[in-house]
Amino acid sequence: MPVTHTSVDAEAAARLVAFGMRPKQLPARDVVYGELVRRYVEDNAFKALTHAVAAGLGLMVLEVTQQAGCVLAATDESVFEIKMDSYARQAKIRERRETEKVLHGLIHLATAALGYPRPDDLANDTYIGRVSVEQVDAMVREAARVLDERAQEAEANNDPLADAPELEQAWRAYARRPAAAATKDGRMAADTTRGMVARALRFLAEQGFLVPVSDEQGGTYRTTPRYQVQVRELAADAAFDDLLALDVVAVAGAGGTLRAAASDTLQ
Amino acid sequence: MTAAGLADEGLTRRLKALACTAPLHDLDARKAKLDWADATIYQMAEIALHTIDQVTIAMDFDTGAGHDEVIDRLLPFIAVQAPSRMPDEHVRVAKWVLDNLINVGTTDRGFRRVYGSLGPGGYQRRQFDFKLLVELAAPDGEVYLRATDEAINVLVGALDTDVESAQIAAEVKLENLINRGRLADAKLAAEQARYRTVQYGETLRAKLDATRRDVRAVDWEDEVPELIESALGHIESRFRAENAILKNITTARDESEDADHKRRAAELVDIVADCIRRHTRLQSRLADAGAVFRAEQDRQQFSGPPQRATLDLFGQLLMPTLDLALADAVAPAEHFFHAVAGIAPPVVPSLSSLVSLLLRPAPERDQLIGEIPEPELVPAEVSDRFGDDVWRLADELLDLPEVPRRLSGLLADARRSGQPGLPSLVALRALYAYSPEVGAARRQGERQVLLAVDDGTLLDDPDFGGADLLLYTAQVERADDETEEVA
Repeated sequence: MPVTHTSVDAEAAARLVAFGMRPKQLPARDVVYGELVRRYVEDNAFKALTHAVAAGLGLMVLEVTQQAGCVLAATDESVFEIKMDSYARQAKIRERRETEKVLHGLIHLATAALGYPRPDDLANDTYIGRVSVEQVDAMVREAARVLDERAQEAEANNDPLADAPELEQAWRAYARRPAAAATKDGRMAADTTRGMVARALRFLAEQGFLVPVSDEQGGTYRTTPRYQVQVRELAADAAFDDLLALDVVAVAGAGGTLRAAASDTLQ
Repeated sequence: MTAAGLADEGLTRRLKALACTAPLHDLDARKAKLDWADATIYQMAEIALHTIDQVTIAMDFDTGAGHDEVIDRLLPFIAVQAPSRMPDEHVRVAKWVLDNLINVGTTDRGFRRVYGSLGPGGYQRRQFDFKLLVELAAPDGEVYLRATDEAINVLVGALDTDVESAQIAAEVKLENLINRGRLADAKLAAEQARYRTVQYGETLRAKLDATRRDVRAVDWEDEVPELIESALGHIESRFRAENAILKNITTARDESEDADHKRRAAELVDIVADCIRRHTRLQSRLADAGAVFRAEQDRQQFSGPPQRATLDLFGQLLMPTLDLALADAVAPAEHFFHAVAGIAPPVVPSLSSLVSLLLRPAPERDQLIGEIPEPELVPAEVSDRFGDDVWRLADELLDLPEVPRRLSGLLADARRSGQPGLPSLVALRALYAYSPEVGAARRQGERQVLLAVDDGTLLDDPDFGGADLLLYTAQVERADDETEEVA
């Protein structure tokens, strides 16, 4: 049976997509939005129409639920996409741009990993994680320390080669960057790791992925269902595919692998 | 091969130890070049060691030393080196040394040394990155200083030693020294013992930090209780030893007749009391850690099996990405960001929102960017010695495309014109042309350049001396490699 859409249907579908572009608006707080989400879930023809409207705009509908609302992602070269280049633009020229990009990407990765420490947390729709500037920075530094110990156990001299800086491992670049630095007027410098983490969390909060909770630990936030959908349905796979291509994959257990450090330095 | 490998490792370690001292020598090497003071009078390496000393002593569990506090403590030491200088300069020297130990001005705020190592791949140059003082943020947002392991090692001069055994050795040595009444040596040993204590506390602090973040899958059966128990046992034995020492030297202090002995004994009492204080703090930390563990375990214990297939973000994404080379890590990092950043609707200005935007009061400043001070601008003083018309006349006089002329003749012409300053300008430009910047003229696309040649004739002039230069305007050819034809 051919499905016919009226212009009223098209408008409703477009309106749902438009709601998705306002990440802080939630179906629970808006009757019209809530009604559109309900219709999307129940009406398959409307669902297909919404997807078509989004695709025409250069968007992808990741998920539409009452908790998260309409979660959209930009397709490549869409006007809606956010490029790393523009995000990392403030980086100083003297530092290699690639290093800067990797550090920003790692910080976002670590934020997600801290927000959803176990695979189950990411799968569980009702899970709400907490992240703070201090914890994100500390987690990456701890991971770098573990990798450092692992490298030392391998007993090879693995200090980076002086004439091939691009072969230096990412954790070294992170560990080398200071966590905090005082500027002349006593504020926190922005090119430190804590400055970069603070920026990432503020950015995610503006995108409706995190909600500020308090100023403790340099700024504490909780995750939103929207962030969970974004990480689960898109981001994790995007990065994982790259790692698959590079052939560096670990098999996960149900408990997750975020653990305390082994106390092997204190003998 | 094995023997060569071992020797190589020792060499590498020594090279690294040597590298840690390089920033200190560097301070003395650069002090003569400071433009704000004649700093050669100061012994910068001494001040730097003293700075690391002060930071190390001020370090404890939560915080380190504030910048101002360290500078205040440095001032007496600097003032002794140059009592005749102003206190302002002392402060500046202290700040300079402190900034250089942090290496302010580089993005990483650290030092890098390149060293060579012989391995399976032949001779390879590697880089060794280290820091001496690091800045960290306290829970209240203040930035404070801590000395790194490298710095403590440079300071104490004991690389690669087992913390605990070194501590025991120092304690035994201390007791012996006190019994034999050698208080100067005893003080040194006590200070070393304190550095060891700090170092030990540092290791434990890192451990406890991990513990607080750590939550799941902690080995409660053996590992953690063992860790805490051994740490507590350590504290207990130190307590006993230090209390015994404290009693001994307190008696020594009170009974000593010699004023100098008395003073030294009093200093020792302070140091040992400080050690005991540190142990007390360490102990309370350990007690808290247990409670944190239990609370975290209660909170996180109940987790069902995954409801659907998802990735383990930490183990399957973050760790592998961190371990990749920078060049390889760009792709996953960038793709993850791209996917997680969400969408940014393009901004379309609307008239009504534009009006309200323009009428809105200025937004609060971002906390990361400081207030930009309004510079007070003073109009530049007119520094041109010669006016425009003098320059124009000089141009005319020095345009000599046909025949070369002597400077004496040009000076005579310049005097005849009656323009004050013209002879001086002509003489100066002739002198400048003696070393013509042909390359610069060519780069800037000049057509011609003034050349001066000295043929040995002396200038006979009331105002100017030197050689009577031959001046000629040479054409600059720009097409081929023959850049100019010289007169």
